[in-house]
Amino acid sequence: MATERIDLQAAFANSGVSEVITTLDRELVGLKPVKRRIREIAALLLVEKLRREHGLGSEPPTLHMSFTGNPGTGKTTVALRMAEILHRLGYIRTGQLISVTRDDLVGQYIGHTAPKTKEVLKKAMGGVLFIDEAYYLYRPENERDYGQEAIEILLQVMETKRDDLVVILAGYADRMERFFTANPGFRSRVAHHIDFPDYTDEELFQIAEKMLEKQHYRFDKPAAAAFLEYIQARRRQPHFANARSIRNALDRARLRQAVRLLEAHDGTKTVQDLLIITEEDIRQSRVFAQVPTATRAERVEAE
Amino acid sequence: MRITQGTFSFLPDLTDEQIKAQVKYCLDHGWAVNIEFTDDPHPRNTYWEMWGLPMFDLKDPAGVMYALEECRKVYGKRAYIRLSAFDATAGWESLRLSFITDRPAEEPGFRLERQELEDRHIAYTTHAYATDRPEGMRY
Repeated sequence: MATERIDLQAAFANSGVSEVITTLDRELVGLKPVKRRIREIAALLLVEKLRREHGLGSEPPTLHMSFTGNPGTGKTTVALRMAEILHRLGYIRTGQLISVTRDDLVGQYIGHTAPKTKEVLKKAMGGVLFIDEAYYLYRPENERDYGQEAIEILLQVMETKRDDLVVILAGYADRMERFFTANPGFRSRVAHHIDFPDYTDEELFQIAEKMLEKQHYRFDKPAAAAFLEYIQARRRQPHFANARSIRNALDRARLRQAVRLLEAHDGTKTVQDLLIITEEDIRQSRVFAQVPTATRAERVEAE
Repeated sequence: MRITQGTFSFLPDLTDEQIKAQVKYCLDHGWAVNIEFTDDPHPRNTYWEMWGLPMFDLKDPAGVMYALEECRKVYGKRAYIRLSAFDATAGWESLRLSFITDRPAEEPGFRLERQELEDRHIAYTTHAYATDRPEGMRY
């Protein structure tokens, strides 16, 4: 047995994981450290699987993860891909991802929480449970909060049902850190902590182009320049949510384009006109009008 | 006396692996699986107590097995437990499969009671020995 050759590359190719990772590379802009971590995890899981097949059984690895990062940095998208990878490697049976928040787990009155949490857990079994903004489960300021009950059930199932369920906790980095400090049980049960960095302006621009391409739109040259400026201006404003802000901005630009086309009085338009988003559509944005320096906190202080 | 009701009841008790396979079959057909229990074995006792809610929208039998485990912790060896699969498709809207997964260690069986009526008529009743004792203390 010791001398038997194992073709790792073939095993990797056969598992179908490489396809998922390639699409991940192609479809998601930036996120270098995240992609590297996922590659590492995939490699570990593949080797683990091969070891088991060759009788070098060890405990099934803990797969629970935590994704931390600012809003709009791709946590949910990556979680979906992660479910696919785990499914292809045979660590989960269904490849489904159930996405929940506090509302889905915590009840409103005594005795409501446990059945609610258990119902969600039962639905998610065999796949991945994605808990968005997990820190809301724990509310230290209210000692009668039912969140604690949900946490206890969750912890118990995470420990005893490791073969049936993978839990991914997601949220902003600093609040997750506090959440883990207050609930050390979670930290020790979560094996992989992945941090999602903010996108740079160039990456956001690439994301915008990809989004437009999918919807069959295009920037003309001045519009592209204007949009880069827009990204820089938007970043300085409050509630900036990376890719999500970009998507919203594009939706509004499409709206303005439609209005512009309808209100133009020169009659017929070509297909080309329907396709192109011009500088005008972007420059009209509120973001350019506002004084971009004062953040919300500063404004509150000034008041 | 071994109670026979529902599917598979003339076979030896199903193992967990076999129960799981049956549940998988139900889920693959889109049926909602329920867990029910009772300690009154009379065949006319149709509506058993439910353990939790019907489990809609499950994809994998692990969820049902988890609930069954929980139910066994409380009622295992003390009551009958059965799984039933409900088909919500229009036109069916009823159970498609029902089978007993757990039964008490000892099943004392039934006695036949004859009631003499007028004109030498006789009415028959089956009476489960288990129900001589109050609910919850029968097995």
